[in-house]
Amino acid sequence: MSTEQTVNTIASDRFELERADREAMQQECEHFEQPQAACIEALKIVQRRYGWVPDDAIPAVAEALGLPPANVEGVATFYSLIFRQPVGRHVILLCDSSSCFLNDYDTLRAAFEEKLGIGYGQTTEDGRFTLLPVCCLGACDRGPALMIDDDTFGPVRPEDIDELLETYS
Amino acid sequence: MNATIDRLRYRSQLRQPASERHEDSHPLTWRLREDNESIDLAEYQRKNGYVGTQRALTEHSASEVIDIVKEANVRGRGGAGFPAGVKWSLTLQGEDIPRGYLVCNADEMEPGTFKDRMLLEQQPHLLIEGMIIGAYANNSRFGYIFLRDEYRAAAVSITRALNEAREAGWLGKNIAGSGFDFDIALHTGAGRYICGEETALLNSLEGHRANPRDKPPFPGQSGAWGKPTVVNNVETLCNVPGVLQHGADWYQQLSGGRSDDGGTKLYGVSGQVERTGLWELPIGTTGEELMALAGGMQSGHELKAWLPGGGSTGLLLPEHLELPLDFDSIGKAGSRLGTGLLTVISRQQSIVALLRNLEQFFARESCGWCTPCREGLPWTVKVLQALERGEGEPEDIELLQQLGKGLGPGQTFCAHAPGASMPLTSALKYFRDEFEAGVARPHTAVEEA
Repeated sequence: MSTEQTVNTIASDRFELERADREAMQQECEHFEQPQAACIEALKIVQRRYGWVPDDAIPAVAEALGLPPANVEGVATFYSLIFRQPVGRHVILLCDSSSCFLNDYDTLRAAFEEKLGIGYGQTTEDGRFTLLPVCCLGACDRGPALMIDDDTFGPVRPEDIDELLETYS
Repeated sequence: MNATIDRLRYRSQLRQPASERHEDSHPLTWRLREDNESIDLAEYQRKNGYVGTQRALTEHSASEVIDIVKEANVRGRGGAGFPAGVKWSLTLQGEDIPRGYLVCNADEMEPGTFKDRMLLEQQPHLLIEGMIIGAYANNSRFGYIFLRDEYRAAAVSITRALNEAREAGWLGKNIAGSGFDFDIALHTGAGRYICGEETALLNSLEGHRANPRDKPPFPGQSGAWGKPTVVNNVETLCNVPGVLQHGADWYQQLSGGRSDDGGTKLYGVSGQVERTGLWELPIGTTGEELMALAGGMQSGHELKAWLPGGGSTGLLLPEHLELPLDFDSIGKAGSRLGTGLLTVISRQQSIVALLRNLEQFFARESCGWCTPCREGLPWTVKVLQALERGEGEPEDIELLQQLGKGLGPGQTFCAHAPGASMPLTSALKYFRDEFEAGVARPHTAVEEA
């Protein structure tokens, strides 16, 4: 696929993709019939580098894939794990689905909110943690479950929180 | 790495030890290691891996493979129970028809479900085999594993297995000298339950918002990029290699007369039981047998109700535990087998609060494409919240009934809202008094205060 076929793209002079990221996005296109299919992965590439997807990255991704920016924006606002505002160094995803709910999820959530001094969608002042809810994590045999970055834990009780968070500096 | 981290780290795990799992009776799990680590190609092949694939590709035509899977009556393990062989026979194939795609739905997010995770993490080659055989039967040129982003360990395991399979010639050109070419790419998602709906999954795979598509055309006619596309669940595909290795009759007899369906099923239990977990059992195992394996209810708890297979299945009562856990029996009782992983609810649990939790989930996960789902689900949540606080209106029960109907089958583009309506309508049927108790008694309370 060629980057010459740009349609309706408005490149932003405030944001430039790293060369390696741009290449990774274009390589991702090889798996699919259309470059649009690489869109989600491209946004994840941006997120891996910056922690989130800034507005100015949207036209840059669109330009790299040869897509209208509106298509990229539409995708970027749909998916819950594409972050559109800065997040902390570590993202905590609390499973709030039925099995965890039956296993005292409410208490665990309250304990996290108190410990971190933040609610869902917020980041601690030191920029260390962001707290978010997540769909059933598929760890229902050990609920209440949660993820911190790439790691999944369960069952987590309020008294475990201090030691659990210690590892994520 | 501190001790707490190690103790809390989640590991997918089958409850049955190796001594209770055998090649002729536990096709999905007999190879699993006691240490729960992912099985590599060498070990998988030592344990008769890829025999089914070899047989399918070198001894049978594509249509013969479909006939065998049809005869075995492998029913879709993603929740709907649609026969896989029939689905395959509806995929367009022919000289003038471009070769399409085989997509594995590994977007497991159904509340209460943790079965595909185990297969993906521990036995990726079984899935790859199922995909190769499926692709051969459906003349698919390429395959995708659509994996939810949160399954990080599964992504590592699948990536290694795909590389091993490619190196060994099980993927690529001329597989097993059969002349059949096929390869697989791993696609990881970015959240949203709706991606598990097969047409929404295809939109997501194509890099769009995951709104469902109108049917017909069905994916087998026009799926990914307009090509004939088969979408099968992980567990469904993992059933296929054994069928090709041992035959349709063997598969049929696995259920041992407990069900008209054949094969085994990954059953699980979560909620207030002694031993939560996952078991491979003959399909048609009863709820009572499964509850016995789970050690019954935790002390101090009594069974009030259960969800047979996820948040989108209808509640059942303790008396229904005597039923075989298969698609037809649970369907006749007014619910759905769904994923076959039970969520067990204690007497101490408020049904209104549980429903509020479930409907909040469905409301948040609605893609917003069609009105009953987009508007009806948040409305349902609002009513349930009021009832939970004891501030409901007298007409709220009737309103919930109507919402349940309006969200039901035939009113929306996809199965998301009907899935949300199932626990709601069943809860109103069995536990109406709990909803009524949430209606505010006007004045008296206020006057007393």
